[in-house]
Amino acid sequence: MILPPIDPNPEVQVADKPPIRDDTRFAAGKIAIFQYGAVAIFLFLISGFWNLQVQNPQIYDERAQQNSIKSVPILAPRGRILDREGRVIVDNHASFSLILARESLKEEHLMPIAQGLDLDYYDLLDRVRRFKSQPKYVPIVVKEELTPADLAFVDSHRDFFPEMVLIQAQRRLYPQNGMLAHVIGYTGEISEDELDSPEFANFNPGDVIGKFGIEREYNDRLMGVDGQRQVVVDNRGQVRQVLGIKPAVPGKDIQLAIDLDLQAVAELAMDGKNGAVVALDPRNGDVLAMVSRPAFDPNKFAVRIKAKDWREIADNPDHPMLNRAIQAQLAPGSTFKPFTALSALETGSIDDKFSVHCAGGISLFGHYFHCWEPKGHGTVALHAGIVHSCDVYFYTIGVKEGIDNIAFYADLAGMGHPTGIDLPHEAIGVVPSEKWKLRNYRQKWYAGETPSVAIGQGALTVTPIQLARAIGGLAMGGVWYHPHLLKNPDKPLKPDVWSLNPDNVRDVVDGMYGVVNEGGGTGGRARLPFVDVCGKTGSAQVASAALGKGSATHNLKLNAWFEAFAPCHAPEIVVVVLWEHGEEGYLAGPIAKDVLTAYFDKKKRLAQQAAIEKQALTTKMAALGNLALPTSDRQSPVSTPQPLAASPQTPTLE
Amino acid sequence: MRNLSLRDLDWPLMLIVMLICGVGVLQIFSATRETTWADAWWKQIIYIFGGLFLMWIILVIDYHTLLHHVALLYGLSVAALLGTLVLGRQVFGSVRWVPLPGGFRLQVSEFVKLVIILLVARYLTELRTDELEVRDLLKLAGLVLVPMALVLKQPDLGTALTYIAVLAVGAFVAGLRWKYIAAITVVTALVLPVGWHFLKDYQKSRLISFMDPDRDPQGTGYQLIQSQIAVGAGGMFGKGIAKGTQTQLRFLPVPHTDFIFSGFSEEHGFVGVVAVLSLYFVMIMRIVQNAQTAADRSGMYVCMGVAALLLFHMLVNVGMVVGKMPVTGIPLPFMSAGGSSVWSNFLALGLVNNVRLRRFVN
Repeated sequence: MILPPIDPNPEVQVADKPPIRDDTRFAAGKIAIFQYGAVAIFLFLISGFWNLQVQNPQIYDERAQQNSIKSVPILAPRGRILDREGRVIVDNHASFSLILARESLKEEHLMPIAQGLDLDYYDLLDRVRRFKSQPKYVPIVVKEELTPADLAFVDSHRDFFPEMVLIQAQRRLYPQNGMLAHVIGYTGEISEDELDSPEFANFNPGDVIGKFGIEREYNDRLMGVDGQRQVVVDNRGQVRQVLGIKPAVPGKDIQLAIDLDLQAVAELAMDGKNGAVVALDPRNGDVLAMVSRPAFDPNKFAVRIKAKDWREIADNPDHPMLNRAIQAQLAPGSTFKPFTALSALETGSIDDKFSVHCAGGISLFGHYFHCWEPKGHGTVALHAGIVHSCDVYFYTIGVKEGIDNIAFYADLAGMGHPTGIDLPHEAIGVVPSEKWKLRNYRQKWYAGETPSVAIGQGALTVTPIQLARAIGGLAMGGVWYHPHLLKNPDKPLKPDVWSLNPDNVRDVVDGMYGVVNEGGGTGGRARLPFVDVCGKTGSAQVASAALGKGSATHNLKLNAWFEAFAPCHAPEIVVVVLWEHGEEGYLAGPIAKDVLTAYFDKKKRLAQQAAIEKQALTTKMAALGNLALPTSDRQSPVSTPQPLAASPQTPTLE
Repeated sequence: MRNLSLRDLDWPLMLIVMLICGVGVLQIFSATRETTWADAWWKQIIYIFGGLFLMWIILVIDYHTLLHHVALLYGLSVAALLGTLVLGRQVFGSVRWVPLPGGFRLQVSEFVKLVIILLVARYLTELRTDELEVRDLLKLAGLVLVPMALVLKQPDLGTALTYIAVLAVGAFVAGLRWKYIAAITVVTALVLPVGWHFLKDYQKSRLISFMDPDRDPQGTGYQLIQSQIAVGAGGMFGKGIAKGTQTQLRFLPVPHTDFIFSGFSEEHGFVGVVAVLSLYFVMIMRIVQNAQTAADRSGMYVCMGVAALLLFHMLVNVGMVVGKMPVTGIPLPFMSAGGSSVWSNFLALGLVNNVRLRRFVN
């Protein structure tokens, strides 16, 4: 191969001036040094690779992995909570949560992030450190319910803080004004203590779980299973590839036995008072309404409760977090008298003719026991004893039958042990007996203690739910269903059954009818025009109660109780009202009356509606032709559970 | 009038360069799949053939002729740099590139390197001395400083520094006395802090992040960190072609140009790195050998200039990849994608072969 001829005119050779040794030998040493320099440079470079690639490559490999794979959780929405007619009590609403993807988390970014999102820096740092032991794909939820300002901050700073990831979250939306607060409870982030307990063994930090009430009781059902998206992201945080998606499994809805219409009425009736209302269906144990006042606002817990709000609730002397319906253990007072009467009758200690003279008090075991009526009731038998709530009568029959008979029937009715309601932390109350005293105080029962128990005082304490269940079972003639909030319990508890003598039951129920409907009865304020209501008032001393130790000002006032059921001989609903420090039992009557009215009004309304519909259907059928279809007479009016037009979707108080 | 045989070309050198080019094309292909630069690999092939053609042209012209016209070339270079600097922004939209018909863009400063090599060679040869005087060195430095200042003004610190490297090696070979070398080193060390003030902000932050890359990992330290992660992730044997997550996921900035060797390190590991660096080493040694066998001083200076240029590129680019040099943005010779760089490198290669072909002239 021959190249084209080169420029033939190299007349300007550099070497045509003075003669020099124009060779390269003079530079040989320098060139050699250059070569050594090149060797040194290459060794220098290779040593750099040696350090990075051979000495500790796994560090960099790990960093490369973290660089690229991000795990983004897909939060499963919690199930909704519905009332017995399918109306929504607790719903979710969409919101944004900010999480920190820990694969790319830098601790020095926390300060600006905390500032930008108005979070406490040390809180945030704490949270991040707490997650240290967790696998990297477990993200840290930093803030829920982002405001537009937060969103703007995240959006504009994503390039600087690539660990910030927005996710869609479903936030709990609870009824306002504390309606049903104690029943529903609230959710919150799982605490460290809970994480250590076996109940929450399968949970991760940052999980939102039910903390209280139904939310806690049915957490497993309400809580879905969070999904996860593993994505490969590039340096701009943009998703380049989706490695895998595990879809979220949403939580299941649950339907409560609660009737929002009744609940709203009960809440309204208790507005401004402290206490509880429980409404049960004695035929199956459905809890139709449950109120505890004062209440708290579960919405404040829905994200993460602020320290100030928590202090306000925790320091409140009225204990708003206490679900009085199941946790207030108080002396039932005169509302216990029907049980004293029943046990005396059942054990044959007395019959319905047995009478006592009341002169405003009685001396027993060397102690003078007062009747609430200082003037005395004169001669009273069973019926009048219940109607007028004569203490002397019940002191007498109580002593006559003895503490253990009272205790046996009280225990039978479910007092002194949990009702099994599907709420956490139910209190059990106390039914004193000889055995109880021996076991707890290592002392023999002193007969002089019996009269107090017979009128529902002394060591005897019950919770409103226990009382409701007890009186409902009595009204049913000896069938005590276990109250439950879930409309269709998975494993319904079998009712406690005891074959009571129907005559004895009728005697007691008639007495309770008299309380409401006869002149001089203490419960006249609960009377309803179109339904027979049976009831019993109670005005109980608080001295023995565990509750109320802190509130000295109220200590001396009596607790007002009212128990009622209707219709008297075929009960459909039991209502128990506790008005703490309400002074007189009869003052609690109107509250029970409101609930009963709401129940029976609604029943009547539904029946009318059903009748109209049925009529319309018949007319329509007739118009369609002479098909002469037999109209079903069996169609029960109550079996049309369409929500009424008048009932609000989510009733709120005020 | 002589006939020059292609047989006299430095074939081992050519083979090594073509191997490096091949590795480069593969790596460009691997690093740019599914990106906006996905066509870079075949463009690179075109550039390489274009480069070979340019090399052939420069072979034809005797390097003495080139040296003779160095004043003209120098004048043209300064004019071109000045032109792009002054007019560039308004006319071409960039101060670094001159657009050519057909969508190509030329980076003038890349070609000025060659002129600097020729300038240094001619100047040092004409001194006809075995010992370089400081006065002469300062004159030469003044000549180099003009285009260098223009390149710095673009601003392109990396390329400007390559001019210094050529000058420094030339001066060293020309017989600068050790005491002067020491003096220059001291003066440079003293002047550097002053020069700091003349650096652009981004240049400062690059230097800062070179000292402490974790200081602002998402900012200027980002490139250094990502590059080191990529290199480290490669381990001993690498992750395989097109399997490097750092490269494929675009964590690496400009994975086919300045940081091409990061991606290569990730995908081929230490073994691949040593293999390719060995090729580069042999390449530079071959060029130095051509300097030793050159027919005259000017030829020797030309070859040493090319060797200095390429070695400097290696040091800065590969050093940057392993985090031992600041990010200056100069390409890896024969591997980085880009027409200007490839062509200027092939032209430099042509100069070396030019000298080699004429080694028996005298």
